[in-house]
Amino acid sequence: MSRFDPTLRDEIIAAIPNLRAFAISLSGSVDRADDLVQETLLRAFANISSFRPGTNLPAWLFTILRNLFRSEYRKRRREVPDSDGAFAATLTSNPDQNTHLDFEDFRAALEQLPSDQREALVLVGASGFSYEEAADICQCAVGTIKSRVNRARKRLGEMLALDDASDFGPDKTTRAVLAAERT
Amino acid sequence: MSDDHSESVSAAANGLSSHHEGGKETVLGSEIQAKIGQHLRAMYDDVVRQGVPDRFMDLLSKLDKADTPSSEGGGRK
Repeated sequence: MSRFDPTLRDEIIAAIPNLRAFAISLSGSVDRADDLVQETLLRAFANISSFRPGTNLPAWLFTILRNLFRSEYRKRRREVPDSDGAFAATLTSNPDQNTHLDFEDFRAALEQLPSDQREALVLVGASGFSYEEAADICQCAVGTIKSRVNRARKRLGEMLALDDASDFGPDKTTRAVLAAERT
Repeated sequence: MSDDHSESVSAAANGLSSHHEGGKETVLGSEIQAKIGQHLRAMYDDVVRQGVPDRFMDLLSKLDKADTPSSEGGGRK
């Protein structure tokens, strides 16, 4: 069959951590994400001859993974995302202790986004793909990706602004001081 | 080189100008958009930093062996 190019092998290995992060954001579960990555690797090996050397290997792998997720998703027919928050389960440390609560809010908000908006936001905002690459991966127009990303940002902004607004209100100490000054 | 075009594109890419509905909203909005970007990357990078789990390295070496039968035998040192 095909010779397996060691350079290609290294590039595939290098893409695995990113594939996992994307898969977790799609599936909402670490276990399902790792199964998806495994299936993606098997699929990539079986079809390695259809990959054109010199083209974007990560984008090719992401496309395979996304297609697998979509077809599996359609088969299951039921929409039961892990509401526990898959990212929570994978967290080894808080990025910053002070922003822990912010971070919780953010994760909850992200999981409420429609999946097409979430995947567009993750591809562009975290995986580092261009709008054009994200459009290739999602097999849609560049304009569609842009509008999904914008809607995702707007929606998240609205959800997080509500949380923030309550932080800006006078707290107990402020109210106590104000009350004391009146006497 | 058309600045008018690249400006709106880069602003959108930074997530700093998703909407222009009222002045204060936009200032607060841009702070929140910056925070969204930070959180998103922090979350994603936390998974990325975990590297490649053993199960995938095992899978790859199995696939490698299946692909090149000549290297079978004393695979490990």
